[in-house]
Amino acid sequence: MSKIEQAFANGKAFIPFLTCGDPDLATTEQLVYAMADAGADLIELGIPFSDPTAEGPVIQAANLRALAAGATTDQIFAMVERIRRKTDIPLVFMTYANVVFSYSSKRFMQRMAHCAMDGLILPDVPFEEKADFAPFCAQCGIDLISLIAPTSQSRIERIAGEASGFIYCVSSLGVTGIRSSITTDVSAMVDQVRQATDLPVAIGFGISTPQQAQQMAAKADGVIVGSAIVKMIAQYGQAAVPHVAQYVREMKNAIKRLD
Amino acid sequence: MSRGRFGMHGGQYIPETLMNAVIELEEAYTYYKKDADFIRELDVLLNEYAGRPSRLYYAQKMSRHLGGAKIYLKREDLNHTGAHKINNVLGQVLLAKKMGKSRVIAETGAGQHGVATATAAALMDMECEVFMGAEDMERQALNVYKMRLLGARVHGVHSGTATLKDAVSETMREWTNRIHDTHYVLGSVMGPHPFPTIVRDFQAVISREIKAQCLELEGRLPDCVVACVGGGSNAIGAFYHFIDEPQVALIGCEAAGRGIDTLQTAATICTGRLGIFHGMKSYFCQDAYGQIAPVYSISAGLDYPGIGPEHAMLHDSGRATYVAVTDEEAVQAFEYLSRTEGIIPAIESAHAVAYALQQAPQMGKDKIMVINISGRGDKDCAAIARYRGEDIHE
Repeated sequence: MSKIEQAFANGKAFIPFLTCGDPDLATTEQLVYAMADAGADLIELGIPFSDPTAEGPVIQAANLRALAAGATTDQIFAMVERIRRKTDIPLVFMTYANVVFSYSSKRFMQRMAHCAMDGLILPDVPFEEKADFAPFCAQCGIDLISLIAPTSQSRIERIAGEASGFIYCVSSLGVTGIRSSITTDVSAMVDQVRQATDLPVAIGFGISTPQQAQQMAAKADGVIVGSAIVKMIAQYGQAAVPHVAQYVREMKNAIKRLD
Repeated sequence: MSRGRFGMHGGQYIPETLMNAVIELEEAYTYYKKDADFIRELDVLLNEYAGRPSRLYYAQKMSRHLGGAKIYLKREDLNHTGAHKINNVLGQVLLAKKMGKSRVIAETGAGQHGVATATAAALMDMECEVFMGAEDMERQALNVYKMRLLGARVHGVHSGTATLKDAVSETMREWTNRIHDTHYVLGSVMGPHPFPTIVRDFQAVISREIKAQCLELEGRLPDCVVACVGGGSNAIGAFYHFIDEPQVALIGCEAAGRGIDTLQTAATICTGRLGIFHGMKSYFCQDAYGQIAPVYSISAGLDYPGIGPEHAMLHDSGRATYVAVTDEEAVQAFEYLSRTEGIIPAIESAHAVAYALQQAPQMGKDKIMVINISGRGDKDCAAIARYRGEDIHE
């Protein structure tokens, strides 16, 4: 069992996302420790990109703030090395193809392995284009996480069949961001995924409240929350740590009861 | 596995949410491009509505004045809506209609592609929404008015640099939001497969006509075809039917902005490197960490940090040559063509004219150069006047 699959061993997994370097890397580091303590099972670390085409306005703005504050891929690797001295919580990077490609996929995955990162999510790399990345991930023991969308339909079997780590089910059409309700038939999508793979399934996009998390976790093995946390970081800046910790605790408690 | 490659470039680097949409588009295009009704309807639109074929005009005064090659101007500026953009848009909106879509969305830089899309949408009864950088809306206020007049909704894009690249990103985001009834009318030979191929095929009418017209007028092919390149749609259109004619030199003119040794440039081939962005592998202006550069050009239509994958391939193979032209050189060419031939070119096209001003005098009188005048310059007059220190109001 990979470390990522272990993240799903403590009941329904709560997976928070944040953008590294927003407002600064020291705060990001503290947020990771606080989220791990508050019950996060796996943390998604966003490496900022200038033009994040799969993100809604909240995470777009965080990407630009982090870049404006000077965050770079190398500094983020250095931060993860520091984090790894204190916690072994499963960690995955979420970034865009060009950030990895321009660094050199091989060198990027080697550095990921060196600082014990567990997985990588690239929202602009579909199944057909993974050859630029997947071989290096495999060499370095990194899980390249596959995304499945409400429009995937007949593609699900093929994607899930070659997936590793966990399956990231996108709850809704459109980009990341808080939604008042999720109208997609998520259950049908998850059922189809389950027929194709035994990997754990996490649902993301649009989830912000404990009620939504409960609803989605009931259908899957975990939930991913990004914009709600990033919004809190935007609001409180360096003082966000206790607020985010409290939120993560509430969300994990909300889905824990489902076990 | 990967589809739509031009050498190592191209591909489909897009969110999973859009994959079935581009696969559906490819299937529809593969069918309709051979469908006799589709071909006939598009021909009628291009000829009767857009005014094709466009003229290949012998610029006698300019040729005599420069004292070298014989210069012909391919007059895409005379098309309906004033640029080559209409060729692609009529094709794509007709295709969208055949696919049963009721709504089209588009990005626009200078506004020409937005106006063309709004025009075709009005003609073919489609709902139309255009995404335009807030900065460009200010630079091209007249085109914003035109799009609204034609019934389109124009959304200002404030993210990032608020220019063309951000408009493309925002249109892609909007497409992921609403796919079932919506077609994204991409305006250049860029983005994920099959767009670079579809747009190139619809623009290839330019080189098909140049070839026939030059043979008729001169009894031979030109020695050189020159076009400006942002994403590269007018250039690939002007080059395409000459790619297998190695005696014809193909020259793409990129926007150097304030110079390729400054950060205020949009010259992708001259200053960029290989990357993955906006659905494709190609060359992009970017920093050491792959962050896309905030590019600059006086021309809103060339103000883009990437180049279409087929151009990237033509550069790799050496089949086409890409040169950089500064704002100042383009403005001088804009003024030169206006005074010499009474033709006010788009500031984008003026980049190609600038190359001719440098190179035509070096060429023999027996040589033939074709410059693609991709659009007309009415939209640019206020900006050029401002560049020259004169404040005029539209």
